[in-house]
Amino acid sequence: MTLLLYRIDDRLLHGQVVVGWGQPLDIDFIVLVDDTVAASDWEQELYRMGVPPEMQVYFLSAADAVTAIPEYRAEARRGILLTGDIATMRRIVDGAGVDDVNIGGIHSGTGRVQKLRYVFLSPDEERQLRELSMQGAKVTAQDVPGARPVPLDDLLSGAELT
Amino acid sequence: MSDPSTGQGDLPRAIVAGHGDFANGLVSAVQQITGRGDQLIGVSVAKLCVEDIENLLRQKMAELHVRVIFTDLQAGSCTMAARRILRGMDDAVLVAGANLPMLLDFVFSEGRNAPEAARHAAERGRVAITAHGAGA
Repeated sequence: MTLLLYRIDDRLLHGQVVVGWGQPLDIDFIVLVDDTVAASDWEQELYRMGVPPEMQVYFLSAADAVTAIPEYRAEARRGILLTGDIATMRRIVDGAGVDDVNIGGIHSGTGRVQKLRYVFLSPDEERQLRELSMQGAKVTAQDVPGARPVPLDDLLSGAELT
Repeated sequence: MSDPSTGQGDLPRAIVAGHGDFANGLVSAVQQITGRGDQLIGVSVAKLCVEDIENLLRQKMAELHVRVIFTDLQAGSCTMAARRILRGMDDAVLVAGANLPMLLDFVFSEGRNAPEAARHAAERGRVAITAHGAGA
């Protein structure tokens, strides 16, 4: 079918992605875009072990992903593209164009402020998200399919936390 | 200090970690059924990034001298973090897919050291799953 979801999730492949989105979207494959994981056989094996055997995982660097995305979009199968950070997703949007970007989880860390139960952002990450939006991507936060998508403005204002 | 792997010395003997309130819920259930919930320590990681999950589990293992981790889901972040920690740690055991019968077996396996008890408990937890009805 194509790539159905472009997701930023700092936990990369985990329960919410494999089960929470994978099952209702009937996902056949996941494209995990991360330069570190793409360079490590051990990391790839670690992530592969958490995925059911009928689901394929492709590990690509950001540069390779930009080149390969047209092929994945032409697939008859259904897929998710996953990045661990905003900067990597920006490279994907820059290189391949993406209509909708899903923020699935960016968790607590140094210099980050909580914006949603599952989203914490530094000032620089806020700027990057605004730039993603200005590039034409519709950016929303939504951890699981049953949750309401939170528009970027509401996310950044922190209004959804109260 | 007594040997932490004997199961008869320091408590807790294992960490339980997983999604939502899974860990503390299981520990609470073990305590209610057996009064032995102090053998387990539940760890909640809801707001943490992957690095912080790994750091938290590593810190708990070190300060509590624990060599066993139970997690809920093979694909879960806690399982991923635990596998990174256990890489090259020959005396430690990770059990993914934990359930209540498994932990009950673990807390009663005091004659075994904690890693052996965890492996035994993993088998007990596996066979404790049954389906009834609808022609089964």
